[in-house]
Parts: sequence; C-alpha cells; structure tokens
Amino acid sequence: MVRLMTVDRLPEVVVIGAGVVGAACAWYAARAGLRVTVVDRGPVAGGTTGAGEGNILVSDKPAGPELELARLSVRCWRDLADAVEGFEYDPKGGLVVAGSAAALDGLRATASGQRERGVTATEVRPDELHEHEPHLADDLAGGMYYPEDAQVQPAAAAARLLRDARAHGAAVRPNVEVTGVLRSRDGLAGVRTSAGDVPAGAVVNAAGTWGGEIAALAGVDVPVLPRRGFVLVTEPLPPGVVRHKVYAAEYVSDVASDDASLQSSPVIESTAAGPVLLGSSRERVGFNRTLSVPALRRIAAHAVRLFPVLAGADVLRAYRGFRPYCPDHLPVIGPDARCPGLYHACGHEGAGVGLAAATGHVVARALTGHPPGTDPTPFLPERFG
Amino acid sequence: MSDTFDFDGRAVPFEPGQTVGAALIADGVRSWRTTRGRARPRGIFCGIGVCFDCLVTVDGAPNRRACLVPATTDLPVRSQEGTGHDDLDV
Amino acid sequence: MTTSTYDLAVVGAGPAGMAAAAAAGDAGCRVALVDAAERPGGQFWRHPPGGIDHVRDLHHDVRTFRRLHARVRGTVEHLPGHQVWTVTREDDAFGLHTVRDGAEVVFRARALVLAPGAYDRQLPFPGWDLPGVYTAGGAQALLKEHQVTVGRRVVVGGTGPFLLPVAAGLAERGVNVSGVFEANSPGEWLRRGAGAVPVVRSPRKLAEGAGYAAALARHRIPYRPRHAVVAAHGTDEVTAVTVARLDRSWNELAGSRRRIRCDAVAVGWGFVPRLELPAALGCRTRVDVDGSAVVDVDGLQRSSVPDVYVAGEATGVGGAQWAAVTGEIAGRAAAVRLGFPSSFPASAMRRRRHLRAFATAMHAAHPVRDGWRDRLSDDTVVCRCEEVTAGAVTRAASELGGTDVRSVKLLTRAGMGWCQGRICGDATAGLTAAAAGVDVDPRGHLERPVAVPVPLGTLAADPADASPRDVDVT
Repeated sequence: MVRLMTVDRLPEVVVIGAGVVGAACAWYAARAGLRVTVVDRGPVAGGTTGAGEGNILVSDKPAGPELELARLSVRCWRDLADAVEGFEYDPKGGLVVAGSAAALDGLRATASGQRERGVTATEVRPDELHEHEPHLADDLAGGMYYPEDAQVQPAAAAARLLRDARAHGAAVRPNVEVTGVLRSRDGLAGVRTSAGDVPAGAVVNAAGTWGGEIAALAGVDVPVLPRRGFVLVTEPLPPGVVRHKVYAAEYVSDVASDDASLQSSPVIESTAAGPVLLGSSRERVGFNRTLSVPALRRIAAHAVRLFPVLAGADVLRAYRGFRPYCPDHLPVIGPDARCPGLYHACGHEGAGVGLAAATGHVVARALTGHPPGTDPTPFLPERFG
Repeated sequence: MSDTFDFDGRAVPFEPGQTVGAALIADGVRSWRTTRGRARPRGIFCGIGVCFDCLVTVDGAPNRRACLVPATTDLPVRSQEGTGHDDLDV
Repeated sequence: MTTSTYDLAVVGAGPAGMAAAAAAGDAGCRVALVDAAERPGGQFWRHPPGGIDHVRDLHHDVRTFRRLHARVRGTVEHLPGHQVWTVTREDDAFGLHTVRDGAEVVFRARALVLAPGAYDRQLPFPGWDLPGVYTAGGAQALLKEHQVTVGRRVVVGGTGPFLLPVAAGLAERGVNVSGVFEANSPGEWLRRGAGAVPVVRSPRKLAEGAGYAAALARHRIPYRPRHAVVAAHGTDEVTAVTVARLDRSWNELAGSRRRIRCDAVAVGWGFVPRLELPAALGCRTRVDVDGSAVVDVDGLQRSSVPDVYVAGEATGVGGAQWAAVTGEIAGRAAAVRLGFPSSFPASAMRRRRHLRAFATAMHAAHPVRDGWRDRLSDDTVVCRCEEVTAGAVTRAASELGGTDVRSVKLLTRAGMGWCQGRICGDATAGLTAAAAGVDVDPRGHLERPVAVPVPLGTLAADPADASPRDVDVT
C-alpha cells in the first residue's frame, strides 16, 4: 500500500512507461483516487505497444495462472471500453484452426482444460469453418471458436486511457527518462529523471522490455529479455475478408517454446481501418532491428496458406517489436518485497495488450491495499530470488 | 490513328510508351478512383509512382499505379472505389 | 564468392547512378545497374521511348546524358523495371530484393552504390487533394516523358528553382501559365547575400537560370516572389486557386488574396531524398541545410556502413550536375575498394565542392517557413492516403501524447497508407512538432523496411536468384 506523503501536492505514485500497461496502471490508480505521474523516455506508446497487434486473448492460454489473469483482463477491458472510448475495442472472437487431426486433438485438449476454468470454447467442424471465415482455406481439419477473444488498437488504447487518467488528476510526462531512484529509510521515495527528481511513495515499473533496466536502477533483478517479432501489414481490404482473430493451433506451442531460432506461426486479423495484420515470428536476437527477410517470407507463406485470397494483396509495410519475456513466460506484477515502494508491471511477452487491463487492476489494488480479482502470487517478483 | 484501350467501356487513345495515367489525362480524364474514407475523387498527383493517388484497376487487378503502368490495347482499365477490392467483400 | 555475385550493384539510373555505374564499369567491375524505370535517366532525364531527342528542348545537359548512356551501354548490365523492395546484408554480399512483373528477383553484389534520388516535397493547403492539383515534378514528368500537358491554364507555385523549368516547359508546349508564385524572394536574397557565397563560380548554373527567366519573359508569365497558392477550389476538380502575398515568415498579408481561374496547379517545395534503402542498411543520416534527412557520407561518398556508397540527392539535394559528379566519385571509390584500378581526378572533387556550395546557396534562398501551417483549417486533409486532417494530427500531438511522427502515425494513421508517409511526412512532422512543442525531426519517417508494395504471394514464394550475364561459370 502507498505510504502517505507528508507534502500534499507530491504524487503518490510514479508510473514508469507510457505504453498500454503503464497507461492501465495509471488509469486504475487515478480512478482509485491516487495522485499519479506517468513518465516515459519517449512518446506515448513508443515501445512495444506501438508494435503490437492489440490482442485480448483467452484462447492461447492453457489452464494456469496466466489464463486466470487473462479472464480477468477480458472483463476489465470490457469495463475500460465502456468508460473510455476511442480505441477500437472489438469483441470479434478468436478462431483457432488446425491443419491436421493431431493439431485438432491438441486444440481439444487445451479447450477442455480452459472450459473447466469457465472459458467458452466451441469446436468448429471443417464444413462449418467457412461460416466463420468465408475466405479460409478449405482443407483444414477443424477449429475452435472463442467468443471472448477481443481486439483493441493498442496505441490508441494507451493514449485514451492516459488522457482519461489525466482527467482524473494524473500527470503524463512524455520524453522524460528515468535515470535513477530516490530512496528514503523505508525504501523507494521516487525517481530521478532527465527533467529533475519526481518524489513519490510508490514507483510502478511498467517499462516493458526495458523493465529489467529499471529494476536494476532500484537494485533488484527482474530478468526481462527481448523476443523479436515481425508483423506484415497489407493494403486496406474490405471489412469482411478476415472477420475474427484467426491463428493456427501451432501458435500456442510456439509461444511457450524455448527455441531461440526463428519460429513462426500464422496469426491473422483485420483492423478497423482496413489493413490486415499478419504475424507472427519469434526470435531471440536481442534488440537487433534488422529486417529478417526469411521471417517475413515465413509469415507471408503461412498467411497465404490459411487465406489463399490474400496472395494477391500487397504488403505495404512491415514492423518489428520486442516482446518483453521472462524465463518462465509469466509477467512480473505486484510489489517487490526486496525493495519496498517498488511495484512491477512488466514482462508480459506477447500478451501485454491483452493482460494490461488486469495488470492495471492488480497493481492499483496492491497500491491501495485491497485484494485483487485474481490470485497475484504466481506473478510476484520474489520468484526470481 | 493511335492505339486505344478500354476505359470503363469507352476507347481512350494512347501513344506508344505512354502510361495509363498519362493517356487518361491527355484524354481529359482527371480522376478515376474515389477514396475509401470520404469517397473523394483522385487521379494523378505526383506522377512518378510515389504518392499512390492514381490507383486504378488494370485487367481486373486493382490498385495499380496509373502513372507507372504502360497502356496497352489488350488490358482494360476500370475506375475503382474505396479499397478497390469489391470482389473480396462477402 | 559465388559466380552469381556482381562486384557492384548500383541502385537508380538517374544522373548519379548512371555516372557511378559508368565509372565502376570503366574500371573493370562487373556492374548491375538496377532501376525501377524502363528507360535510363531518372527523374531528370525523363524521355519517351523514342529517345531523348523528342523532348530535347525541355532538357538541360542532354550531352551529359548521351555521354553517360554510351559509357553505361558498353560496360554495365542495365536492369530496368526492377523495383527494389528491400536490401539486406548477407555474409559475403549484399542482397538486392527486387520485384519485376509481380515476381521477385534477388541480385547479390559485393558492394553497393545507392542513388535513389528524390521527389517533390509537398505541403498541404486547403483543396490540395482535388484532381488537377499536381506536384511540380508530376507535371514535368507528364510533359517530358509523355508529352502530356496537365491543363490549359496552369498555376505554378511553391518554392525553389525547379518551378522555373516547370513553368517554362509548360509554356513551350502551349499552356497558358497564369503565374509562378514563389513563396520566397530569391532575387532579393541573391542581391543581399551573393557576395558571401560562391554562386558566381557556377556560370553554367546562372546561364541556366537566365534561360528560364528569358522563357518566362517570352511567354509573358508573371513571376511573383513572396506569393503562394493558399487554397485550391472546385467540387470534383480544381477550377480556381487563391493566391496571396506573404511576409518573410510566409504569413499571409491581410487583403492580398486574389482568385485565379485555372484548370491545373503544379506545386513543389523543394525535394525529399529517398532514403528507404540506406535506412534499411543502417546508414547514418544527418539533417541537411534544407531540413531534409540525408545520408552522411565522406569525401569518397562512403556511408557509415562498409561497402555501401551513396550518391546524388540522397546525400544532399543539389541537382543533376551535382548528382552526376557524386556518382562518378562513388563509382570510382567503389571500384578501388573492390580492387580495380581507378583514380580520383582533382577536377571532379573541385566540381563537387562548387556545386555543393551553389546548392547550399539555393537552399538558403528557398527555405520552408512556418507560415504554411496557418493556412490549414481543422479539416484540411494532411495525409492524402488515409484522409487524416490537420486537426487530428494536431490533437494527437497536443492531447494524446503523440510527440513524434511515429506515435502520431499510430494514433491517427497519418502516414500509414499506400504512400507510407512519403507525401505527408514533412507536414506531419512539422504539425506534430508545433503542437507538441518539440523540434522538428525529419528522420522520424525514415524507417520503411518494405520500400515498395510487394504482393503477399510474391513474398511467400521462393525468389529467383539473378546471375550476371556473360560470366564464365566454369
């Protein structure tokens, strides 16, 4: 819980990072009545948020702590979309398809575990796939439909949540870089920045892929590493071409893989503006920004495999982002017992947009000393020792 | 007598080596698509393949740059609306 | 090294690329001259299929083109119609990934000369998205390559010496040019500042300028410094423009508005170098005197990336003669680097210096001033592709925390459409910086890893590897 500051006008919480996770933390904290200041070394949504596809998924998470967080987040995002407009929230549902009988068996096993946790998952027979996606390849073995999956425009979500947080008293300071921490006898007392000191009773590390560096400034170890991904963007297409978030069953196993070399599985979705986003690739190559033509080819080939009609669509651009991942592929959320006053909200890998809302909720609950809507223990930083 | 190509059902003359866009401009046609947001008319702007304002459907393929595609007698040219991909709208 | 590797690949067959290819070819390099266009010459020496002589009167320095063309024909493999979509650095060579007729062809080379050229800088104004409004370069291209005039009664506006040949060329082909509206006052600048800069050392350049001035006079075309086209009017195409007189900061003088009937407008505000390929390779850039992002090169036209040479407008907008001499030096430097004998004539080095000084003086006489922003209304389209308005861009920067062009792009889609911000990039950067209270950064838009649209099916297929012709593969 935030220690009250003696000087009334000082912020109670400083959030480091104006990506979607930092924005959600700021929004929930401000709505909880805390005085919040958000700092970011760049603009709003300048990091991984700006390179994200905006997925809010339960479908890709097998039963376990992350699924619980995701289920909470689906509810939180629904609330956020009601409270704050303008970020293209679309509860479009997700369709996971299987290319083979074996992959379909895997899908069924995953769905069975998810259903026990309350997730809605409906099997789609091969002959029913076209009712969901008219342009899908017609030689697939079947699929699973998840109506709870949703999508937002991530940069807009971050910006709109921050604007609303400002309306509730928060201050947002882009282009302010954290260079150190302020300490008191009890622990952290704020941050040192390129624009002067920002005293605060609590510091929230929502620095995404750079969360490990912020933790190091505070003297604790949080092993967040970058995992590069490319997204291809097509020319604008009519809204009906791809209706849901569509991905292949193989995507789930890729996410949890420890193989450093290029992995790729098809993830395809349209956007409100018309272009279709094509993913995904995963490589552990540090912060190397070089375009990988082999990665792009794999993404393109997979997309055409699922949606042959896309072969004639032009690719207008490609971008890369660096997913922040921890060795155990779970995010780091909550107070750091090793450093009183420090809270983490980072390391969400490819699920940062989806899990942002629940993360903001959990962090704000911790800041105000209230129990959160899910068990936060698996995400606590103590697990890194 | 110069060659012609079919543009929305009528013959547009062109000189050898001329692009579709140049031939249309020479024939007095100033716009051949509408935008997908505000349905505004567009034709050539930059004329050198940079701006993509002059997108047109050539022989059934949408979104070709009229300022770069050479005119030929056997490839019909169609004006287009929005994304140019009405065929994909189901 | 495999036999399918060229010694040198030159990208762009304009003045810089032709000169570089010729120089390296003369030295004995196996050179691929890769170009998007079907005929060599670039934007400057555009000509119809029948040859440049058909439009000889519209061109300057046709002799240089002929000389370069003859050299290139003898020694270089010219590969027209190939659009480079990306360039990669591989273990022992560079890979040029090109698209031709919907198929991908990959060229490999030990070294590169990138000579991608430039296109007109555009600034939005109300009505600029009406059909009948053209870039100055577009009007010129239609004239030189296709002998098509963009209208019967044409207004030319913007800033820069390029407006003169555009107006003169149109007039020579019978167009009624209603006036050249130059937002700066270069004549006044030259009178005031000519003593301090070595403009007078380039008599050929001055003669060229005098020639255009004479053409304008002959056709009775009014030349109006400190004037700008501030709006274009019409429902579905342009039928008139409003011009106004400007002060030094390009603010409109009250009561100076005047309406001119016309059926076409040609506008340009200097040039924007094309930096997709140097940026993809990570070449260091800098901001030049005209506010353009350019590649930082040394005296041998070397970029910060080993074996990547850059020539022409991508290293600083300076015109065709400048481009050709930088290309010549780049080609020779690349040849020497690759182990072929060549040399660096002092005359070329001197000429490059003089032409650079002339270009710098021209840039100083034709700056872009902030006043252009005041003519935009909230609903003036800034990004033509995605139809994003000036108001949306400004609000993203002032209210949503989008303090650079990338975040404004994410928040508004300005620069996210077909042209990928090539047309609106400078304007968006200017509006963003003004609204966010930060400095303009022309480099925010440079990263475009897909340099031209590629069909997804083409990307998905295995590309063809091109081999040099006439190579003994035994």
